[in-house]
Amino acid sequence: IQLDFWLAPRGLGLPVDIRVPFPSLQAVKVHLEASGLSYSIMIEDVQALLDEEQMEMLRSSRQVPLDTDTFNYEAYHTIDEIYSFLDLLVAENPNLVSKLEIGRSTEDRPLYVLKFSTGGTNRPAIWIDTGIHSREWVTQASGVWFAKKIVQDHANNEGVASILETMDIFLEIVTNPDGFAFTHTKNRMWRKTRSKHSGSICVGVDPNRNWDAGFGDAGASGNPCTETYHGPYPNSEPEVKSIVDFVKSHGNIKAFISIHSYSQLLLYPYGYTETPAPDQQELDEVSAKAVAALSSLYGTKFKYGSIITTIYRASGSTVDWTYNQGIKYSFTFELRDTGRYGFLLPAKQIVPTAEETWLALKVIMEHTRDNLY
Amino acid sequence: AMELPEGPKARLDGTAVAVGYLRYLRGGPGRGLELREVRRARRQDIDDVGHKYYLELELEDVLDKDRTVSCTAEVLYPLGSKSSAPDVQVTVQGELRSTEEADQEFYNRIRSLEKELEAENIPDSHGNVPPELEPIHRLAWVASGFLIWQNSTENTQFHLAQVKRVKQVKRSDEDLQFDYVLLLHEMVSQEVLPWEVTVLWHPQNGARVSQS
Repeated sequence: IQLDFWLAPRGLGLPVDIRVPFPSLQAVKVHLEASGLSYSIMIEDVQALLDEEQMEMLRSSRQVPLDTDTFNYEAYHTIDEIYSFLDLLVAENPNLVSKLEIGRSTEDRPLYVLKFSTGGTNRPAIWIDTGIHSREWVTQASGVWFAKKIVQDHANNEGVASILETMDIFLEIVTNPDGFAFTHTKNRMWRKTRSKHSGSICVGVDPNRNWDAGFGDAGASGNPCTETYHGPYPNSEPEVKSIVDFVKSHGNIKAFISIHSYSQLLLYPYGYTETPAPDQQELDEVSAKAVAALSSLYGTKFKYGSIITTIYRASGSTVDWTYNQGIKYSFTFELRDTGRYGFLLPAKQIVPTAEETWLALKVIMEHTRDNLY
Repeated sequence: AMELPEGPKARLDGTAVAVGYLRYLRGGPGRGLELREVRRARRQDIDDVGHKYYLELELEDVLDKDRTVSCTAEVLYPLGSKSSAPDVQVTVQGELRSTEEADQEFYNRIRSLEKELEAENIPDSHGNVPPELEPIHRLAWVASGFLIWQNSTENTQFHLAQVKRVKQVKRSDEDLQFDYVLLLHEMVSQEVLPWEVTVLWHPQNGARVSQS
């Protein structure tokens, strides 16, 4: 019968675990039942488990990818792996992609932004950031996918290739590297930066409450030990200040999109006040189109609206500041899911999430290009 | 009663409480209930009593995805009281798939374990749940459903972020006992906090949950 004992017989009254080859199943069942031995099935199909494990191992093999074609987009990566990816992408596409260092984090990690440009001087630009809240892992993973997608579209002269004819795209994938490293090493649920400000033993500032728009108003916390701590003053966080400085000195950014998870929402200003944004109607119309495009791929349902009416009051948030700087097309995404896995979205959902989100991003980018101001 | 505006503004509408309560009542190692859609949400302000939400929900059993189940729920947040749980009434239309076989299998498997079951981080950082721990994960949903129902106010929205730790405690009676540390994520404050909870479970008697 070829029984394979995984927990061998040890004595009367003690259980045994047996792997039974398929051809012997019936015979073993009959024997057990006839002898009045109770049993339960722990694993229905051992081979299925082995096949799955094999696939998993191949997929998440920690071999250093030699190029961005062998990079595994269906897995979550460490900061080192993503930073290597940036360099690979630039090396493979030197005429399209460059890497800018816009500052350093509290723990002195470089803050890198990819610039996608086909030329020109200071062209009107689109900014996309992912990972500002470090525990929102599907966002950094999607950012990596976006980077590759932009390069592919350009090579195939489709998709965003037409946008790149007249505009530049800036993409910051690991917007909060200290927090991201911390989620890998110490606390998967870490959200904030890792700054220590005097007067508190607690660490970190919420980088999405640290911007100079309604700073410190209701919708953020003054308690350093909370997740929505706004920090001692606006732009106290180098992760935030570096973007502020970049946006101001560039001077020609026309769309700004900050990506979070989870909740499946597309949001526009304001979060700090109930006063509707002057461009509310247009932003709402663009959002409706973007959400419809997103949904068309896998049926994922998104809601949309202003931050304060759709999610909650939030002060000092990124896109409220960028909007007040005159960047009309300022949006925040909250990607998959709606709470089933939350921050721990299974890796196999990374690519579908990135693919559907990209469709929404394209709607916003195309609208920006067609409505330059 | 005031009809809550479509979609976006209906964020804090008692849905998470209703789903939590349902998971507590009807969930188990063989059944995980998931919200598919909020069909309708209305709010009624009742003088001297509190705010009542009338919900029409569409749910699915994650082990029986081809079907959805409709359910109506009423969630009453009592006025002023921060320490009492919202009052929830639910009606499930139609039948949920039977879990008798799955429950018995799970029960037998756990009872026959040599060592008490112990596990951490479900799902793991990458969102993985090992298949043999899926029933334990679903039982955690039952426990978190209880916690969410008991601890929600009109200004909070909880989700189960992760099972930080689970430890089986062998008992001399017929029940299975699992001591959980659950991480709950609260949307408005964004806090992720650990909650200790004990679950007693038996195929015929269902789950009994107590906050530690």
